[in-house]
Amino acid sequence: MVHGEAWTVKELFVYPNEYIYWTIQIVMYPLMTGLVAGAFVLSSLYHVFGVKQLKDIARFSLVFSFALLPAAMLPLLMHLQQPRRGIEIMLTPHFTSAIAAFGIVFTTYSIIVGSELWFVYRRYFVETVQSLRNKNGRTFGEIFRCFFYTILTLGAWDISREAVEKDERAVKILAGIGIPVACFLHGYAGFIFGSVKANALWMTPLMPVIFICSAVVSGIALCIVTYIATMEMRKLITVWKHRQDPSLPTTEALKSAEIQVVTMTVRYLIMFMILAISLELLDLIFRGYTAVKSWDILRSVIYGRDFFKIFILQYGFGNLVPFILLLLPRPTIRKVVAGTLLVLVGVFMMRWNVVIGGQAFSASFAGFMEYRLPIWPHSFETYKEGLLGALTVGIVPFILFWIMSRILPIFLPEERH
Amino acid sequence: MINRRGFCKKALLIAGGFAIPVSALELFDPKKLLADKNDREKVRWGFLVDTYKCVGCGFCVKACKMENEVPYDASVTRTWVERYVLTSDGVTHIDSPRGARDGFTDRNISLGSEGMKEIKDEDIAKAFFVPKLCNQCDNPPCVQVCPVGATYQTADGVVLVDRTWCIGCGYCIMACPYGVRFFHPVFHVAEKCNFCYHRITKGMNSACVEACPFGARKIGNLRDPLDPVTRIIMTERVEVLKEEYGTKPQLFYLGLSKEVK
Repeated sequence: MVHGEAWTVKELFVYPNEYIYWTIQIVMYPLMTGLVAGAFVLSSLYHVFGVKQLKDIARFSLVFSFALLPAAMLPLLMHLQQPRRGIEIMLTPHFTSAIAAFGIVFTTYSIIVGSELWFVYRRYFVETVQSLRNKNGRTFGEIFRCFFYTILTLGAWDISREAVEKDERAVKILAGIGIPVACFLHGYAGFIFGSVKANALWMTPLMPVIFICSAVVSGIALCIVTYIATMEMRKLITVWKHRQDPSLPTTEALKSAEIQVVTMTVRYLIMFMILAISLELLDLIFRGYTAVKSWDILRSVIYGRDFFKIFILQYGFGNLVPFILLLLPRPTIRKVVAGTLLVLVGVFMMRWNVVIGGQAFSASFAGFMEYRLPIWPHSFETYKEGLLGALTVGIVPFILFWIMSRILPIFLPEERH
Repeated sequence: MINRRGFCKKALLIAGGFAIPVSALELFDPKKLLADKNDREKVRWGFLVDTYKCVGCGFCVKACKMENEVPYDASVTRTWVERYVLTSDGVTHIDSPRGARDGFTDRNISLGSEGMKEIKDEDIAKAFFVPKLCNQCDNPPCVQVCPVGATYQTADGVVLVDRTWCIGCGYCIMACPYGVRFFHPVFHVAEKCNFCYHRITKGMNSACVEACPFGARKIGNLRDPLDPVTRIIMTERVEVLKEEYGTKPQLFYLGLSKEVK
């Protein structure tokens, strides 16, 4: 069977070689890079612009951004027909291609986030090693931890006040450089689509900007949800620990800190949401107003076939409902969780409507294609390009985040409330 | 110890020093030098389709599949034939069942998943066939977007794919406005018509040209003014497909109609 035949349904006149070649993995790719970029921008709000209220979530989202990085590469790899040759993008980049920038941008970005993390956690590494060294009768696990953290310090043992201040300055600079690079990382993902002149839906110079805005929206939303989830878990643990050691912070203290951080972050979320929606609507209105040759088929896709996906799921449930939920007076954790989850659904649907929607019509403008998402895989291909493949990509960052949070604690002891 | 002023001075000096040899690269563009020294390439392959002569038999599609190792029963093809039927109510019906590999054996028009549509003879205003293949564009978007340079344009204008280097990302398939590219079902890399490059470079005709019983397909050297294909393109009224994309196609048509997509 030809690649794409398993999930493509053709209607009216479609060129014989046309299939839905870019499937759910390519929906996941901008979603994941968007989350990476968004999480980083959120952490930079504290590091660069000194938004003090975001201090707690800043370190959290930085670690999360790093955990999301490998997951952003995964969907690309899974979608390649020759995944073992994927490294060629780095080895023989062909610079007229937007994808060729991937290697450079991705590596630069990884280095920036990695080194920023190192500066943030250097003091913790040194302190951990010192406390472990001073301990008598270390277990095997502790010896290993000591060795591991010794490597992570990279031989920089100075944690005097000046040295730590220098670290903070380095973090600020790195976060400053990181913002444009994060935007570039995602803007170029938008450029990959926006520059395809053969695709009437994708081709618009607004695409990179729309992608950046929705990236920040999704990144902040996911950070809020995950932050709330970890705080809830922390609360449960504190209740349990509080019984043994009453000197530890109470749940009440944690709760008030949580809602404060969350409402502050939600404000930024709404700002970026307004920007993203305005740009998307501008694009839609402009297309309808100029009504070039492709508008006839685009209109029948946007207002006909994909109406439910675009106007109900994306704009309705993904934008309007969370907008109301988040703007309602007296925000509660429950409302915020519901709102941000819907925002994530909205951003996912936006990616879907761009990637799959862009292939919903033939380049002949005389026929349509429908993507039938493979639910239960009956071959490796239908696994990769189906629901389970997408779920795999969706779960990986959380596993990575969990592993990383074992090494880099998200809540440092001296900052506990 | 170097002071700030000294550093700035030296940095400017180094930058300036580097600029001279780098600008020489622009002054002596190797490609340009080569072009100035020799004449332009002696060969530029072009293709001519005379739609008046096409009857939709599908021999070209069959021959192409056999010649170029595209599995016979796979639903992809390097070349295909489209049937256009315009009814008197102004509606255009288009189909190309199996790429017209077996010709058009059914009078009904295929609507894909919607089944077949019957059109009465008396309703038909006009009907014709249009063979399609790669346009071997002068400004090929597929070559532009390939992230690893696995697809490239030869000096004589044909766009080829390196099967050992293609990573199978599908960006070239997305970038082609003509839908000529697909994933090869056996090699799992991008695949397309290459004018039978292995044949034309040895002085033979492409398989489809060879197979066409009516002479609807012709291949020629556009740089040779005496070539019959070039003569027709120079002297008669020819059309290309989707000029608005700026791809500069080198596949020319005689008798193209505005309905052709």
